Amino acid sequence: MLNPALKLNTKMFDKDVEQVPIRKGFGEGLVMAGENNPQVVGLCADLTESTQMDKFKEKFPNRFVEIGVAEQNLASVASGMAAMGKVPFITSYAMFSPGRNWEQIRTTIAYNDRPVKIAGSHAGISVGPDGGTHQAVEDIAITRVIPKMVVISPCDSIEAKKATMATAKTGTPVYLRLAREKTPVMTTAETPFEIGKAQIVWKSTKPKAGIIATGALLHKALLAAQTLEKEGIDVEVMNLSTIKPLDTEAIIALAKKAGKIVTVEEHQIRGGMGSAVAECLSEHFPAPMRFVGVRDQFGQSGTPDELIEHYGMGEKGVIEAVRSLIK
Amino acid sequence: MSNLSDERRIELEKIANDIRISIIDALLEAKSGHTAGPLGMSDVFTVLYFHTLNHRPKEPEWPERDRVVLSNGHICPVLYSTMAHAGYFPVEELKTLRKFGSRLQGHPHREFLPMLETSSGPLGAGLSQAVGMAIADKMDAKDKDRRIFCFMGDGELDEGQNWEAIMLAGKNKLFNLTAIVDRNNIQIDGYTEDIMPLESLSDKWRAFNWHVIEVDGHNMEEIADAFEMANTVYEHPTVIIAHTIPGKGVKEFERDYRWHGKPPNKEEADMALKELRTLGGKIKSEHE
Repeated sequence: MLNPALKLNTKMFDKDVEQVPIRKGFGEGLVMAGENNPQVVGLCADLTESTQMDKFKEKFPNRFVEIGVAEQNLASVASGMAAMGKVPFITSYAMFSPGRNWEQIRTTIAYNDRPVKIAGSHAGISVGPDGGTHQAVEDIAITRVIPKMVVISPCDSIEAKKATMATAKTGTPVYLRLAREKTPVMTTAETPFEIGKAQIVWKSTKPKAGIIATGALLHKALLAAQTLEKEGIDVEVMNLSTIKPLDTEAIIALAKKAGKIVTVEEHQIRGGMGSAVAECLSEHFPAPMRFVGVRDQFGQSGTPDELIEHYGMGEKGVIEAVRSLIK
Repeated sequence: MSNLSDERRIELEKIANDIRISIIDALLEAKSGHTAGPLGMSDVFTVLYFHTLNHRPKEPEWPERDRVVLSNGHICPVLYSTMAHAGYFPVEELKTLRKFGSRLQGHPHREFLPMLETSSGPLGAGLSQAVGMAIADKMDAKDKDRRIFCFMGDGELDEGQNWEAIMLAGKNKLFNLTAIVDRNNIQIDGYTEDIMPLESLSDKWRAFNWHVIEVDGHNMEEIADAFEMANTVYEHPTVIIAHTIPGKGVKEFERDYRWHGKPPNKEEADMALKELRTLGGKIKSEHE
């Protein structure tokens, strides 16, 4: 059952569940962060509306910098602004930032210890028709490997808004992973959010497996949990929105309780959130695992739903992973 | 007619010589590192830190200080040596260059030496950071109060990111920004015009809406006047293209690209120090 303590959206399993793009929550959160702190500035590489930075630009035109299509410059200019006390948010598509400008992020932001917030929109395969060039399924791997970097992958627009406002206060570099398409709203304004804290969103007294999901696929994990429950297979589902620093305590506790773990992410299984969980468990509490994610392939054009199904990351894929694990 | 008095010029030349001596001392101890670039830029660094810069070496965090970004981090021996002679830290510490636990990392790292404005080494990213600093000051209406300086190598202009930064600075008319290009015509694989031609370099910067000043990078008056001139240009950022002789001050090292990335051995260092201490044989005893 849904964890009542989290005050989640009880209509999330309805056919007409409210759907909002995660990036929209970022746009709203950024305006709030800007209102709270005059040092917050926005920089964009020619994708202002698409990355939802346009609201910030409208509200604070003097605190917005248009960089042009130049993601390497985007990262390092932001580093320079942070050196002068600013709290810069930079946006582009995840494939280009932190994709193209990885070394600039590594050296001029993280190595330099500058609190730049990198918002990568259009992450994951659900970007859809644009095709594989624009579908970032490697971004978690390349950001979480950088020392000092915090990595957050919100599950819906409301969590994205909270995460955006929270990152403005961290004093560290942060990668915020955002998605393009409308996805189901699972949390509410009352749902607690804290960077670094995982949440059990679906509870069970005697789970046969624990499912750890990040990003919008949390919804698929919850649908799977509901279906499995009807079959008599109880599971617990965790929302792991902060991938780094990892909430090792919560992950170990889930592994101890459930014994087996399935991870679900819209990302390559190599180096992603599942790898982070495996690193944690193999060291502290080895548990059998299955990984739901992209298996060493590039994406392609299609509707988000078609692609999620094709790459085995839908409800069916999660259910199959659980079944094969507990067999 | 320069704004720099003869007396002041002689004083600066003496400091530049001391900085070069410390560079050789440090490289000899380190047994690795770059020789040509640091020696070549000693005069420009001397003028900036001992004549132009608004800074407080004993109070490196002073918020109103001018900012200096070293983009081509590999020439850090000249930055460290200049900072030490300016009073940021003891000159003796230069001998820890590149050693385990030293604040003077092989390429500058703020985590070890927080008084540095940026960490650097990977080429082509310094100007972007300086541009960010200049934009932030413009946003806060502090662009008339302090200046942002960025040292760059000529070889690193091969990096495309520089041109992204050059475009943005021109667009934003960042008059509070002064870039200094060490035009020494060498890079690791050879002479710049063989590896990747940069000429006509001044025309390129001008085309991106920068004010361009070319100087003899070993002429204290020209360097000082260029920094002064850059401060009066209002509509554009300024780039000072400093024509320098790599390895300047030690005849054996001058104009030879093979000295880009190696340190002198004991024998070579002794020879270099003797030459520097006697000002190229102008004075008889190195102790005089």
